[in-house]
Amino acid sequence: MGILHRISGPVVEAKEMTGAKMNDLVKIGAQGLTGEIIKIVGDTATIQVYEETSGLKPGEPVETTGEPLSVELAPGLLTSIYDGIQRPLNLLVEKGGNFITRGLSVNSIDRVKKWDFVPVAKNGAKVKIGDLLGTVQETEVINHKIMAPVEGTLTNLRAGKFTVVEPYCEINGKPVQMLQRWFVRKSRPVAEKFDPNIPLITGQRIVDMFFPIAKGGTVCIPGPFGSGKTVTQHQFAKWSDTQIVVYVGCGERGNEMTEVLTEFPHLEDPHTKKPLMMRTVLIANTSNMPVAAREASIYTAVTIAEYYRDMGYDVALMADSTSRWAEAMREIGGRLEEMPGEEGYPAYLGRRLAEFYERAGRVQCLGSDNRTGSVTIIGAVSPPGGDINEPVSQNTLRVTKVFLALDASLAQRRHFPAFNWLRSYSLYTDSLDAYYTNSISSDWVEIRKEAMALLQKESELQEIVQLVGPDALPEKEQAILLCTKMIREDYLQQSAFHEVDTYSSMRKEYLLLKNIMRFYHRAIAAVDLGIQLKKITDMPIRERIARSKEIPEEKIKEIEFMGNEVDRAFDALGKQ
Amino acid sequence: MKEYKTVTQIAGPLVFVEGVSDIAYGEIVEITLPSGERKKGQVLDTQRGIAIIQVFGTTAGINVSETSVKFLGETMQLGVSTEMLGRVFNGLGEPRDKGPSIIPEKRLDINGAPINPYARAEPRDFIQTGISTIDGLNTLVRGQKLPIFSASGLPHNQLAVQIARQAKVAAKAGAKEENFAVVFAAVGITNEEALFFIRDFEKTGALERAVLFLNLADDPSVERIITPRLALTTAEYLAYEKDMHVLVIITDMTNYCEALREIASAREEVPGRRGYPGYMYTDLSTIYERAGRIKGKNGTVTQIGILTMPGDDITHPIADLTGYITEGQIVLGRDLHRKNIYPPVDVLPCLSRLMNLGIGKDRTREDHRGVVDQLYAGYATGRDLRSLAAVVGEEALSATDKLYLKFADVFEERFIKQGHHEDRSIEQTLELGWELLSMFPESELKRLKKEFIEKYGKKYRKN
Repeated sequence: MGILHRISGPVVEAKEMTGAKMNDLVKIGAQGLTGEIIKIVGDTATIQVYEETSGLKPGEPVETTGEPLSVELAPGLLTSIYDGIQRPLNLLVEKGGNFITRGLSVNSIDRVKKWDFVPVAKNGAKVKIGDLLGTVQETEVINHKIMAPVEGTLTNLRAGKFTVVEPYCEINGKPVQMLQRWFVRKSRPVAEKFDPNIPLITGQRIVDMFFPIAKGGTVCIPGPFGSGKTVTQHQFAKWSDTQIVVYVGCGERGNEMTEVLTEFPHLEDPHTKKPLMMRTVLIANTSNMPVAAREASIYTAVTIAEYYRDMGYDVALMADSTSRWAEAMREIGGRLEEMPGEEGYPAYLGRRLAEFYERAGRVQCLGSDNRTGSVTIIGAVSPPGGDINEPVSQNTLRVTKVFLALDASLAQRRHFPAFNWLRSYSLYTDSLDAYYTNSISSDWVEIRKEAMALLQKESELQEIVQLVGPDALPEKEQAILLCTKMIREDYLQQSAFHEVDTYSSMRKEYLLLKNIMRFYHRAIAAVDLGIQLKKITDMPIRERIARSKEIPEEKIKEIEFMGNEVDRAFDALGKQ
Repeated sequence: MKEYKTVTQIAGPLVFVEGVSDIAYGEIVEITLPSGERKKGQVLDTQRGIAIIQVFGTTAGINVSETSVKFLGETMQLGVSTEMLGRVFNGLGEPRDKGPSIIPEKRLDINGAPINPYARAEPRDFIQTGISTIDGLNTLVRGQKLPIFSASGLPHNQLAVQIARQAKVAAKAGAKEENFAVVFAAVGITNEEALFFIRDFEKTGALERAVLFLNLADDPSVERIITPRLALTTAEYLAYEKDMHVLVIITDMTNYCEALREIASAREEVPGRRGYPGYMYTDLSTIYERAGRIKGKNGTVTQIGILTMPGDDITHPIADLTGYITEGQIVLGRDLHRKNIYPPVDVLPCLSRLMNLGIGKDRTREDHRGVVDQLYAGYATGRDLRSLAAVVGEEALSATDKLYLKFADVFEERFIKQGHHEDRSIEQTLELGWELLSMFPESELKRLKKEFIEKYGKKYRKN
């Protein structure tokens, strides 16, 4: 038992803490506020406190729990909404009212609810860590796999209804419960990591076509405020083809978390036709909630993501925003009077970011049934002033493989999603090309390269236009500009709020671009034949192409046939 | 209550007291100067035997030998009551008008507590401000925080009073009139500016349903940390306990941030960008995040903070951090102001994040989203072409481009510009939008659904 010595903001000092370990969780003062030891000098421990510290006095008791910060893992995680240290926010409302008050202690996982446990393993078997013992239907869409936490001989495994703390079997004679704890700052072990060669399909055209994400990959989305980071994160959460979504609102807006909270239970998951919330875990530590808990929230989220990965699921982890996480580190570092690195951020910023993103990956899970699972991390970054020449963006770019550059000027003209197609990149294109060629179309890669080259050409032509005006360009180059405008407006732009346009299947993504490219080839050929550009510009088929992204998936044949219509329209034009 | 005469050091707004015991972090103190004058302060750092106190006001006159410091044993609280409506207070919450002091119905911690995200209700009631650029393009909803990014010399105060005067929720027929209140916090603004607000509130009768907290430019800067929190504590009380819809106007948040920097440097903290403390984001969020709606409560807190961007720079840390916390921003532009356009709302960098919750069928009108996107796209293209036309000349542009160029001018003259007392309904704003869009051939209107063009746009089309 130690004694509180000094209080200054979210960081406090306690004396007589002999025996306390680094990163141990402690209870502070009469109210029992939760904190974590982040520095030890002699018998003095420096503690970051996960709750508001005003009112604390020197001399109050400080007690260490002897255990580091951990999360509870068991059925009941899905559909939950937690704060940064895994306290269920709904229970906090019940216990403490509408505002978050201090010293509330609640169980992360319901201890009373009984789950229907169905055994899979056989009694008497020798089990290894990660072996499947049984399953629990956690929500209508997700089957929670119960894995062996230790190795040994399995006995007394039985079917029935259990709470998460009741034993359902014994391993080496010791009773085993479903609820497990894992230290948040330590990644969960895997058997092997694989190459990223399966795409994460997001239904967002610019991403799937031009800057694909691999399952188990890492994505960095930097952008100034108002450029659509949050909407993009929501879109990925809603539409990506993963079974589990872990969404962490780290230091973001309260009202936005409310939007997620009210929207997700009503949103239908396109893959299962059930509410999206049934496969989602939300972690909300808004900007005005304690800063130390914000620092912890990212780890809480990634540990939960890893747990579902270990069951063999594909998990998408959305972190919005990692800049706020880095700022929490900076704030705590500043209070510790550490020697600051770049822009006041602690010198270990790069290492922490790298460690976090390294917890992504497509893996073979522990256990003898060769399950594979993945954690894809999609991190939003909020660079000051939108300038990515700053430590958080730069350190993130060094470890992530997909860079989706949000552009304020695109957002201002309401070009959404506002990804700058010339600055964004994906390092997964090469490893994923085989997948597209085999499962969508053999010319997918070719069409993508051609369209991208055209967009590149457009930016060169635009420079000339800026100097001499568009009319000074030859008709052929004006035709290129016409077609790139179609790519930009009719393909890259995608409305998150339009009931059909919000999601495109891979097939539709392919067909839409193919039609535009066919128009391009015919247009260039027509100009070569001496047909006036004005006539091409006025072709009614252009508007049909523009509206084709609003055609629902059931009528995808219409988009397929449009390619022929393009041909016919140009044939007719040629005859005139 | 503990009283000490052991001041050992005075630096800037900070006073160090030694030999103390049992002092809580955040506790309020009363300092009695040798002259008998009394000041208040707050404990910023406490350890065994020493407490560091931040004094509200200047530290002039405090000495080490005779000054006594009394620890009040509680954190900063404000006594609140509905009697506060119609009254004017200073930056520390003491009456500034000649009225009697308030008999509190309740005493509340001014720092409040974060609203549990789970307890929040989604803001979705459209507030009609009567200003086209806000209602039409960047809709404000109840429970939102939507700051005005302005700069020195721009008419942000006029815009703020116009919003306060005209703001209403489109009442459904037969609905009873709802309680509406304005809480106004002046943070470091001049006496003249404060008078402008008070006069306007008096003239329109708004003062009766307003609570004013004034920290003026010559008041102690440390008080500026307190003033917005007093305003928000009052607002939360009126909203969540008295079922009122409260609009909080805070001006000027730039002065607040300056005060924050002043204290941080007095404490010799490691500075962040441009000398502002590294925790400024967190600190600002504890102000802005106090806007919202709570499930099961009738009242709401809506915030309009005004800040003047130093050097018109939207990437300045103050504007930048604010933009990351608030749900959008209304940006005023100097170019438009020079063109004599009021309100000079530079719509391109403006944004309202909660807009989609408040617009559409049954809220404003089904065509709202489409009209906005089309107007934005048209104006943005027009603005781009302006710079192009400046280089190559207007003649070099295509006929369609010339249309966009013209649209940008008309849009500024007719849509953005309106009178100080012109109160446009949302229908008027949307109809005006359709009228302006009728300049374009239908093939350019890609953001609009066909059926809406038929239903709403047709009557403005010539052919």
